[in-house]
Amino acid sequence: MLQTVHEPRRAEPPAMSRDTCLAAFRFMLLARVLDDKFAALYRAGKIHGGVFLGRGQEALSAAIGVSLKKSDIFAPLIRDAAGRLAFGEPVIDAVRTYLGSALGPMRGRDGNVHRGRPQEGYLPMVSHLGAMISVVNGALFARKLKNISGTVGATCIGDGATSTGAFHEALNQAAVERLPLILVVANNQYAYSTPTSFQFACHDLADKAVGYGVESQSVDGTDVAACLETVGSAVARAREGGGPQLIVATLLRLCGHGEHDDAGYVDPRLKTSPIGRDCLKVAEELLLREGWMNATQLAALRNELVHEVEEAVAKVQREPAPDPFIEEWCAISTEHLNEGHE
Amino acid sequence: MSITYLEAIREAQAHALRDDPRVFIYGQDVGAFGGAFKATKNLAKEFPGRVLDSPISEDAMVGLAVGAAIEGMRPIIEMQFADFSTVGFNQIVNQAATLFWRTNVPCPITVRLPFGGTSGSGPFHSQCIEAIYAHYPGLVVLTPATVEDAYSMLLEAVAIDDPVIFCEHKFLYYHLKAEKLPDEALPIGKARIAREGRDLTIVTYSAMVHEALEAATELATEGWELEVVDLRSVKPLDTDTVMASAARTGRLLCVGEAWPWGGVTAEIIARVTSEGYGLLDAPPQRLNAKDTPVPYHPNLWTAHRPTARSVAAAARNLLRQ
Repeated sequence: MLQTVHEPRRAEPPAMSRDTCLAAFRFMLLARVLDDKFAALYRAGKIHGGVFLGRGQEALSAAIGVSLKKSDIFAPLIRDAAGRLAFGEPVIDAVRTYLGSALGPMRGRDGNVHRGRPQEGYLPMVSHLGAMISVVNGALFARKLKNISGTVGATCIGDGATSTGAFHEALNQAAVERLPLILVVANNQYAYSTPTSFQFACHDLADKAVGYGVESQSVDGTDVAACLETVGSAVARAREGGGPQLIVATLLRLCGHGEHDDAGYVDPRLKTSPIGRDCLKVAEELLLREGWMNATQLAALRNELVHEVEEAVAKVQREPAPDPFIEEWCAISTEHLNEGHE
Repeated sequence: MSITYLEAIREAQAHALRDDPRVFIYGQDVGAFGGAFKATKNLAKEFPGRVLDSPISEDAMVGLAVGAAIEGMRPIIEMQFADFSTVGFNQIVNQAATLFWRTNVPCPITVRLPFGGTSGSGPFHSQCIEAIYAHYPGLVVLTPATVEDAYSMLLEAVAIDDPVIFCEHKFLYYHLKAEKLPDEALPIGKARIAREGRDLTIVTYSAMVHEALEAATELATEGWELEVVDLRSVKPLDTDTVMASAARTGRLLCVGEAWPWGGVTAEIIARVTSEGYGLLDAPPQRLNAKDTPVPYHPNLWTAHRPTARSVAAAARNLLRQ
């Protein structure tokens, strides 16, 4: 019976408004263009450290970003370029963080996907998986204490992070406090190289929700209309006081864990299966089929976004790098308590 | 009227809750029950909705505090025992301690750790893990030894904008008493000369201050004048006060209840020898707990940790050199 409940949903496109779909698509395409640029810069040796792409996850991620309001909380993970942009992150924040610009939000102190603006509700991830969930809980808890209602918090993890203690503790905590948390699991079939068979033994990750006393939905992560419908309705339920919502999206990571990884371990049968579809292509087909965009408009949009990204990269490449000699080297804000011990 | 170390901690929290609407307390059994040690006794009743029971989830407790701090709150997290804070270690050292450095957004959380040995508490309810937290950049680590410091330093911990690990010693909870709460106090980051002397400096902190003072009293009957420096905070560490004392006495003994490998006593000796080698008339010494888990039986426990007797013996050895 549970199996039927959790069958991935295919929402009928007309149920989705044209404008929401177009908005999500724009961020999906912008994220893909931005990711492709980061991959190119990585191959050219222009980026320090790793590059982590969201290829294949744009539909799900964009659906989260467009479903949230600016006053909500969002803690994205490594494959959420689309969601970040949709939540309001300027392209230049991403570029500055990857290139380590002193002018970026992380000022070269942290890089790549570890970026955010906490005071704007956009929380910067740490690398420890599952660790951001309880931080989102805390932001929501604070709002509850301050009698601020009507805001929600969303955060993203992968199939691998569902195995962490942090996931368990935080989802349980959100349920106990009945916080408006939307926890989105992108089941992209691999945690780095580990297939789901080594990660969990339950039939469907969404089944975990019942053990915590929270609602859950499953969704086809390659279908932007379905993602918008599922995420949008979960956000609405949480906003109305329905408590935490778990969403499990099925999709395939269409890249390596990072650009250093050729992903040779991915089962070729998955690539040709329905979950291996490229969500961006699926979305393009939808827009064309519905007549919401034509091929010329699509090409024009792509050009516009490529130009936007190229311009941001060109600007940031001329910006100053962080200078170790003017760096404050102080890890606490109370300056007189800084040890300054060499 | 007298007030205990534990009552001072309760009073400081009541004061913070009263003065600052941003303060709340979150931890296991801290609500109606008043906490495992009663450090939050009656606070849930006095401050409805602001002293809240958490599930047994140390990781999520600290994570929640960080999120609330980002939203402008000043959470106090009670770990039931310092030993259990290792379950929330990741959130403390990787989330709370890095937030300001990474984002310029401060993280004003206070994590209270009831720590240190008491008779019969055994390996998992006795640990001294201040050095592990002090090792990580981005944390302030406090170790009050007196009722007055327990009160004033906890108030200051809640007031400052950085994550504070507040190590409150369980051995001092009930028997350490003061006449009244202080009106003024030394600021965090300043050590205190707990006893003046000219022959040897003992640098220590928390419950070991009292063992050191007892040892100093004993050695006074033998004609030795020992100086006892109470660090008060192990991070930041008041190197200036330690150096000045070592310069006066020429002999340095560092005492800590924590395990011997690395740690606060090693850090002090490293600093004094590298910056003030010429000040010392004898090689600096350190006395710590033994390098085993903390034992259960009182016979083993009293031999495991430094006591006034072993501190006095170590001081005599150093004075003979």
